[in-house]
Amino acid sequence: MKQKGWKDLPAGSVVLEGGSAVKFKTGSWRAFRPVWKEENCIQCLFCWVYCPDMAVKVKDGKRGEFDYDFCKGCGICELECPGKKGKKAIVMVEEGK
Amino acid sequence: MSKVVAVTGNEAVANALRQVNPDVCGIYPITPQTDMMQRYASFISDGKVDTEAVLVESEHSSMSACIGASAAGGRVVTATSSQGLALMWEMLHIASGDRLPIIMPVVNRALSAPLNIHGDHSDAMGARDTGWIQIWSENGQEAYDNTIQAFRIGEHMDIRLPVMVCMDGFIISHSIERLEYLEDAEVKNFVGEFKNLYPLLDLDKPKSYGPLILADLYHEYKRAQHEVMLKVKDIVLEVAKDFEKMSGRKYGLFESYMLDDADIALVILNSAAGTSKDVIDDFRARGIKAGLLKPRLFRPFPYEEVADALRNTKAVCVMDRADSFGGYGPLFMEISSALYQLQKRPALINKIYGLGGRDYLPSHAELVLNELNEIARGGNVGLVKEYIAVKE
Repeated sequence: MKQKGWKDLPAGSVVLEGGSAVKFKTGSWRAFRPVWKEENCIQCLFCWVYCPDMAVKVKDGKRGEFDYDFCKGCGICELECPGKKGKKAIVMVEEGK
Repeated sequence: MSKVVAVTGNEAVANALRQVNPDVCGIYPITPQTDMMQRYASFISDGKVDTEAVLVESEHSSMSACIGASAAGGRVVTATSSQGLALMWEMLHIASGDRLPIIMPVVNRALSAPLNIHGDHSDAMGARDTGWIQIWSENGQEAYDNTIQAFRIGEHMDIRLPVMVCMDGFIISHSIERLEYLEDAEVKNFVGEFKNLYPLLDLDKPKSYGPLILADLYHEYKRAQHEVMLKVKDIVLEVAKDFEKMSGRKYGLFESYMLDDADIALVILNSAAGTSKDVIDDFRARGIKAGLLKPRLFRPFPYEEVADALRNTKAVCVMDRADSFGGYGPLFMEISSALYQLQKRPALINKIYGLGGRDYLPSHAELVLNELNEIARGGNVGLVKEYIAVKE
């Protein structure tokens, strides 16, 4: 994508559209990756509720894979995950491993 | 039809604001501006305007409220002085960087320490690089006229920048002079309806102000900000022309007084220019070709035009009512930069005068003009920068 030149900018540092954050992928900030273990998931959707981004995809009331384009790896979902029989359905794994 | 009145500078500017009737006004008191906003608050209480007053807890908050209101899409004003302007500092950059045409009379006052409430230019000179347009005023009439013109300049669709209108604390803000007011309808018609550029309250077109912009585009935003400043001169002149048609009073980028054939000249801002002009008349009567240049538009600074106006002088003194300690006076730096581009340029000296409201007397102007006269006749420049009327 060609970057804008100084003559193309709107007056002032104003973003002239809503929802433009979707264009800025923040997944590369991540140091730890949440991994979903479906076998331990009770579909409580706590992860979806607590995710400060929108990186937990839900379809027809069920959670699916993480959206790694936007997950920054904060680990809140892992912390909140009640899991099943003492086993977490989300575990954080170091990127690159 | 204009109306002749006897009013203070603060009263005149408050009246100009009443005639414009902006949407929002951030209000916080500080001497010597307090009286201006107090008068404006009375206009609000008396139903003379329908401005929403935002009574805040500091000038930092005042400018913040103004930024919010302006981004929301309103015509916005506030006023301040000295420490108040200093406290606004970080928000001043946001107002200009977001290109919000907030209009702010600045009643010039010295900065602490030591604590001082009187007129000098240290406050506005400290805000020189904040990206605001600065228009300076010699007297109450100019402050009134400049305030009205500031709306047309800052709100111009090619500009969209905040504007400071500067006048000297107490000397102008609290002294009664003869002034001509324009009719309310004339002012209303002159400034026109406020037009939005990117209002936040337009919910059909959502937008964000103040995003994080790093090394990939920040440089470009600043380049664009410089470019828009270059357009300001022409708009100032265009607005001045319209203002002259309405009022009969003529304004430019600066005032030239007896400068066309002058050998020696003073460059001086605001109220002290009036005192200096009287002394220049005396020198002219004695056959000495003295003149004066009084900058009006200080930011952006009209370098080429100023250089051209001083081109044929032999010796010039730039008078600063503010200092850059360890440097030259701020006005001197501008004039020096302007003149450097000339092949043949006058000798240039710098005098610091009138700090913290110290009186500037005709005898001070006389002293400086005598020194310039000596230099023009082949004398040497002694110290480039000196304090005048300082107790030894």
